[in-house]
Amino acid sequence: MPGPGMVMYEEEFHQITQILEKLVKDANSKVVFLVDKNGQLIAAEGATENLDTTSLASLTAGNIAATGGLAKLLGEKEFSILFHEGERDNLHISIVGMRVILVVIFDNRSSLGLVRLRVKKSSEELGRIFDNLMKKAEAEATGGSSPFAEITDDDIDNLFSE
Amino acid sequence: MSFINYTSREINCKIVYYGPGLCGKTTNLQYIYDKTNPTAKGKMISLATETERTLFFDFLPLSLGEIRGFKTRFHLYTVPGQVFYDASRKLILKGVDGVVFVADSQLERMEANIESLENLRINLAEHGYDLDNIPYVVQYNKRDLPNAAPLDELKKLLNPTNVPEFEACAVTGEGVFDTLKAVAKLVLQELRKGR
Repeated sequence: MPGPGMVMYEEEFHQITQILEKLVKDANSKVVFLVDKNGQLIAAEGATENLDTTSLASLTAGNIAATGGLAKLLGEKEFSILFHEGERDNLHISIVGMRVILVVIFDNRSSLGLVRLRVKKSSEELGRIFDNLMKKAEAEATGGSSPFAEITDDDIDNLFSE
Repeated sequence: MSFINYTSREINCKIVYYGPGLCGKTTNLQYIYDKTNPTAKGKMISLATETERTLFFDFLPLSLGEIRGFKTRFHLYTVPGQVFYDASRKLILKGVDGVVFVADSQLERMEANIESLENLRINLAEHGYDLDNIPYVVQYNKRDLPNAAPLDELKKLLNPTNVPEFEACAVTGEGVFDTLKAVAKLVLQELRKGR
C-alpha cells in the first residue's frame, strides 16, 4: 500500500492558516487555499463565504493531475505553476513540496508578478511544515495510535441507521 | 488515502466508481445526489461531453454523520468508462480509499466488463494498490433488462474473490445505497486497522 494518508494536527494547522492569511494580505489577493493532490481541502483563507471550496478543491486537484499527465507525456517531471486568466478573477495554482497544491484567487487589485513573488516565499514555509507533518504522521502510524482503532462495528452501523 | 483533520475533527475518504462505458457509474452518483438530504451533500460536478458522456470525472461530496466525534465525509468519484480515456482514469484512482466496480449485466457487455476490470487492476497497481487488499465491492447493474446475463455467470467472471456484491438498477435506485454503504463500511473498517 502507498504511504499513510494525510493527517492534520492543531499546531501545524495554525501555522498553515497564519501563512495563508499573510499571503492573502501580502499578495493583495481575494482567496488563498491549500488542497492535497487527492482533492481534499486542507485550509482556506480570505473571502471564502460565497465560494464552494469543496468543489474548487476537487477540480483543482483534477486540473493538477491532468497537467501532470501532460508533463509526463512531454518528459517533464511536473508543471509546477499554472495560471488561469479570467475577465475579473485570475487563478494562480502551484505545487508545494511535490505534495500539496496552493491556489491564489486574485483580481486587478493585484498582479501576476506580485502573486508569484509572494507565493514563492509562502511555499518555502509551507513546504517545511508539510515535511514535519509527514514525519509526525508516519511516526504516529507506526506507533499505532489511530483515533479509529477503537471504533466498533456498532459505531459504523450507526452511521447508516437512518 | 484518507485525510484526518484533528483541528476540524473531520475524516475525508475517497471512493471511486469504476466500470465500462455506459454501465451506470454516473447514474449511481446522480441517484445518490437526488436522494440525499441537502445538508448532507455538496454540489455534484460532472465533467462531461456535450452528449453527456463522462470526459474526466463526476464528483459528489457526502457527509455521513459522526463517528467518535469525527465528521465522516466521503468524496465519490466516477471515472470515464470509454476505453480511450485511460490516462484520465488512471489519474482519478490516485489516493483512492475504496472502489466500486459497476458491471453492466447485459450479455453483450461481458467482454467490456472483463476488460474494464483488468484495466482497474492494472491502473491500481500503478499507484501501488492491490485490488485484493483494498476496500472493494462489485455492483451488477441493469438487472432489470431482459438481456441481463445470469447472476452465476457474472459472479464467476467478475467476482472470483467473492467480495461483497449487489444487484442493482441504478436508474430506479435499486441497490445503489446498499452498494455505497457496503464500500463505506469497508473503508471505515480499514481505517480502524490503521492501514
